[in-house]
Amino acid sequence: MRMSKIVRVSADLLYAGILIFGFYVIMHGHLTPGGGFQGGAVIATALALIVVAYSYEDLLAMAGKLRLIVQESAGLILFLCIALAAVAIGTTVFANYLANTGSLFGMTVPFGTNPGELNTGGVIPLMNIAVGLEVWAALGLVILYLLSGVSEKEA
Amino acid sequence: MIAAIIANAPALLIGIPLLGAFFSPLIGRISRDARALWVLAIITLTTLVGLLTAYLVYTGGTVIYVFGAAATTLSIPADSGGIPVRILLTLDALSALMVIITVTVGFSVILYSLSSDSRRSSLEAYYTLFLLMIASVLGMVGTGDIFNFFVFLEISSLAAAGLVAYKVEKGRAVEAGLKYLMVSMIGGIFFLFAIAILYGQYNALNIAMLARMIQWTPLDKLALVLMITALAAKCGAVPMHFWTPDAYSMAPSAVTAMLVVVSQASLYGLFRICFTLYGLSLSYVVIGWVIIILGLLSMVVGVTMAIPQKDIKRLMAYHAVSQTGYMLLGVGVGLAVLGDQALLSSFGMTAMEGGIFHIMNHAIYKGLLFLTAGAIIYQVGTSDLNRMGGLGHRMKWTMIFFIIGALAIAGIPPFNGFASKFLIYESVFAFNPVLSIIAMVVSILTLASFVKVFHSVFMGPPLPEFQHVKEAPHTMLIGMTILAALVIISGIFPAFFVEHLIAPAAHALADQGAYLAAVLGGA
Amino acid sequence: MFLNLPFFVVVLLALIGIATILLKRNLIKIILGVTILASSVNLFLVTLGYREGGIAPIYTLAPGGVMVMPTPHALTLTNIVIGVATTALLLSFAIIIHRKYGTVNVDEIRELRE
Repeated sequence: MRMSKIVRVSADLLYAGILIFGFYVIMHGHLTPGGGFQGGAVIATALALIVVAYSYEDLLAMAGKLRLIVQESAGLILFLCIALAAVAIGTTVFANYLANTGSLFGMTVPFGTNPGELNTGGVIPLMNIAVGLEVWAALGLVILYLLSGVSEKEA
Repeated sequence: MIAAIIANAPALLIGIPLLGAFFSPLIGRISRDARALWVLAIITLTTLVGLLTAYLVYTGGTVIYVFGAAATTLSIPADSGGIPVRILLTLDALSALMVIITVTVGFSVILYSLSSDSRRSSLEAYYTLFLLMIASVLGMVGTGDIFNFFVFLEISSLAAAGLVAYKVEKGRAVEAGLKYLMVSMIGGIFFLFAIAILYGQYNALNIAMLARMIQWTPLDKLALVLMITALAAKCGAVPMHFWTPDAYSMAPSAVTAMLVVVSQASLYGLFRICFTLYGLSLSYVVIGWVIIILGLLSMVVGVTMAIPQKDIKRLMAYHAVSQTGYMLLGVGVGLAVLGDQALLSSFGMTAMEGGIFHIMNHAIYKGLLFLTAGAIIYQVGTSDLNRMGGLGHRMKWTMIFFIIGALAIAGIPPFNGFASKFLIYESVFAFNPVLSIIAMVVSILTLASFVKVFHSVFMGPPLPEFQHVKEAPHTMLIGMTILAALVIISGIFPAFFVEHLIAPAAHALADQGAYLAAVLGGA
Repeated sequence: MFLNLPFFVVVLLALIGIATILLKRNLIKIILGVTILASSVNLFLVTLGYREGGIAPIYTLAPGGVMVMPTPHALTLTNIVIGVATTALLLSFAIIIHRKYGTVNVDEIRELRE
């Protein structure tokens, strides 16, 4: 059951905006309030928007259950591996071994008022990305499974 | 490499099953056998790391693991002003005992489950949830931080509820899962309320830090009541036991055996909060009697409800409620005399040892009983006691395992149930003879109930409709053999177990000062 | 008095939640009651974390002054995440129960009570 063309075009336009905002929230998790869960939830609303404006079948064609399951597992595994990799390096689990090393996300935070240096935070931005991946896939799966329960009943 | 594993064993103990859980949906895509092998490898690794951790604790004293710190034992950073700011694991002897119980039961149950659940059409999330449940129990017993305890409690509720409702084609399994999740969810919210109350007063979440500052203000009393309610509901003590028979009877048998361990972990949390968090600051006589009365109610109501049951797993579930009462009774007596050193050393410690020993024994023999019930249901296809009969001719090994479990739960020597119940009778008699006599009567009723089950399941002539029934598959038997062997070993050599495993655990529980010193340093 | 107002709201919300759970017979409404109860705890935690004049604990663009402790917010966020998962699971149970039993009235969902 699709909505009218006006709704669908507005949804198309909004869709990109929601995704960009979601990724922004995930990427800036270590600088602003927000992070993986919030950004992932924002991205999952984009999936919900597809269901509202188009239909359940359209969403299924766009983001299959299998793909979401793989994304969810990948996010969780990435998070855990980043945490456990500290053992291989020789520190404790969840230690921030990338901070202040100068490599990826390894810049030292500048002192004083500044616009926010994205390339800081060590493993925290990486973990935010992992959590974001997990959350949007998991919430997408929740939407898909709850809807499949409803639609099977009505059919 | 070895040194790194030893140093990080407590964290790996939770990390390995989590990693296994998250990989298993992906590996399940390859084939069912690959997933079975993967799950087996993960649970073996978890068991080894668990036993290693327990060994470290029993030989070297309380193990602290601080996440993300410069060193694993650095619970108080130098620049923090004496406040433990990081999340940490604190494993003392009691936690180590719970870890041993969890990994041994988990290992046998997974072995059993690999064949008992192989007939199920969809196993997509089954082992993910199973490993999550094991990881959450390990987290609950390992954590030294009250908020993380709440998080692991909720993970265990979610995973367990998903597993209880796993036989989704039956509406009744979902009904049981719903009931379980509803109780756990409301309990969890109460628990978080209590945490918020404590945090609002003392600005700390670390159990040791809270214990040092706690005052027994009216708000603390409210927090304790909320936490006891939540955890007593989660472990199935009597006024909140109504979910237990439903969840235990509807879940797949392997899950039921693990659910027993989840309930024991909640019991661990209850004891940890009473003894370590509040310690002598609470009015231990009143709270001790509250726990004793909860225990008495559980014992009596559980066993009387069990006798008329016709479903084998429902019957065993009510017995699980009743046995939980013994642990509450034993440890409750210990709590009631906590402040009185003379009484504590004359019978209080023995009572606590009995209660804690019973936690271990119960997890093992109850797991064994649920596994035998699962084997019977697997081969016969019904759980109705009135429709079974004469299975002793066909399922000899299952019958032997059932006898071992039944005699252990009834407290008959030389099985382990006797050893722990004897400690409880003896010490509780010194505290209050009436309690001890009630406990013995409950034990006799338990025996009567299991004699009835034994008679209706195994005795009598072989029934024609069960001609095709065979013995359970080998992996199921191996899982049961491990637990049965433990029942017998800990029954024949109780002194060894009490001296080396139980007594350190009971002392760790009673000795709040040692726990605080291990985390916060100083005396 | 005014600063204590949120605590009264917490108690009120908790009472509404508990009353919904105990008095309503519709499963969906009971699940909503649990969600309201969870929200009351979240409000409680956020209120505990409030300090008058405190600023957000972010290093960037910090104008100076007292930062609030982020722990209560972390606790709240964790509880929200747990709440999402539990609510989703409870609702999916409700869907399956409705399909099997044809009702969401808790008085009629009692096949397990013998």
